Amino acid sequence: MAESEQADALFHALADPTRRDILAVVLQEAHSVSDLARRYPISFAAVHKHVGALERAGLVTKTRHGREQRVRGDDATLRTAHRLLDDLEVLWRGRMDRIEQLLADPAEEAPHCP
Amino acid sequence: MISVVKDAEARTLTITARFDAPIDRVWQVWSDPRQLERWWGPPMYPATVTEHDLAPGGTVAYAMTGPEGERHGGWWRVSAADPPHKLEFESGVADADGNPSPDTPTAVIRVALSEPAGGGTQMEITVAWASDEGMEWMLATGTDAGMTAAVGQIDELLGLPARA
Repeated sequence: MAESEQADALFHALADPTRRDILAVVLQEAHSVSDLARRYPISFAAVHKHVGALERAGLVTKTRHGREQRVRGDDATLRTAHRLLDDLEVLWRGRMDRIEQLLADPAEEAPHCP
Repeated sequence: MISVVKDAEARTLTITARFDAPIDRVWQVWSDPRQLERWWGPPMYPATVTEHDLAPGGTVAYAMTGPEGERHGGWWRVSAADPPHKLEFESGVADADGNPSPDTPTAVIRVALSEPAGGGTQMEITVAWASDEGMEWMLATGTDAGMTAAVGQIDELLGLPARA
C-alpha cells in the first residue's frame, strides 16, 4: 500500500468512535469478533466491518483460533506513536533553539507592547 | 540546556529549557506576536500572526508560508493565562484563509515559566495529543516542513550539501 493510502486508511479507521473503542479494547487483550459484537449495540456484521477497517489501517491483526478469529491490537500503533513523538521532539527542540537566539538578540531587548 | 520526556502511551511530549533571561523577557516570546513569529515557524516557513489575544478565551491565528508559497494556517484557543507564569491553549490547524478546520485533531499545550535558583528562567512545555491521528496531522500540516528545514540547517552548519 502506498504511504498516502496507508495514511488514508489510518485516518479513516480512527475517525469513528466505535472503532477507536474497539482498538482500545483489543490493545488490552485479544478478543473474538463475537466477544466484541456483544459489547456494542450493533450487529455482528457491523463489528466485523469495523474490525476490517482497523485491520486495513494496520492497527489490529486477526489470528484464527479453531472456529473463531481473534482480534488483537498491533503494537505497531505504539511504535507509530514513538516515531511521531521523535519527529515532534525535533520540531520543539528547533523552537527552543530559536527562542534562545531571539533572547540573545540585543535588537529585541526593548519591551514590545504586550 | 533542553530536556525532553516523551510518553508514547499518553501521547505527550514535555520539553524543559532554561534560558539566561529574566522571566518577563521570556514571557515576551509568547506575548509579543512579532517575537512569536520569529520562532514558532521554522526559518523556511515563517509565521505571520494575524490575531493575538492571550487572555483566557482569546484566540491566536497564524499562517506559515513555505518556500513554494504554500500556506499552512493554525490557531490557538487560550484556556488559561497567568502572565508571566502560565499559558494553556488548544492548538489546531486552519485552512489557507485562517479559518479553523472543523473535525481535525487538536493538541493541548501547557506552558509554565519559573525562576529557578541560580537565575534565569525555566520554561516547561507539555504538548498532549488525543491520538496518533492528531500527531500525524500536526506533522502533515506544515510542521513536517519544519523538520526538513531544521535538518537542512544542521547540514548547512556542518557544511554538507543540501539534501534533495
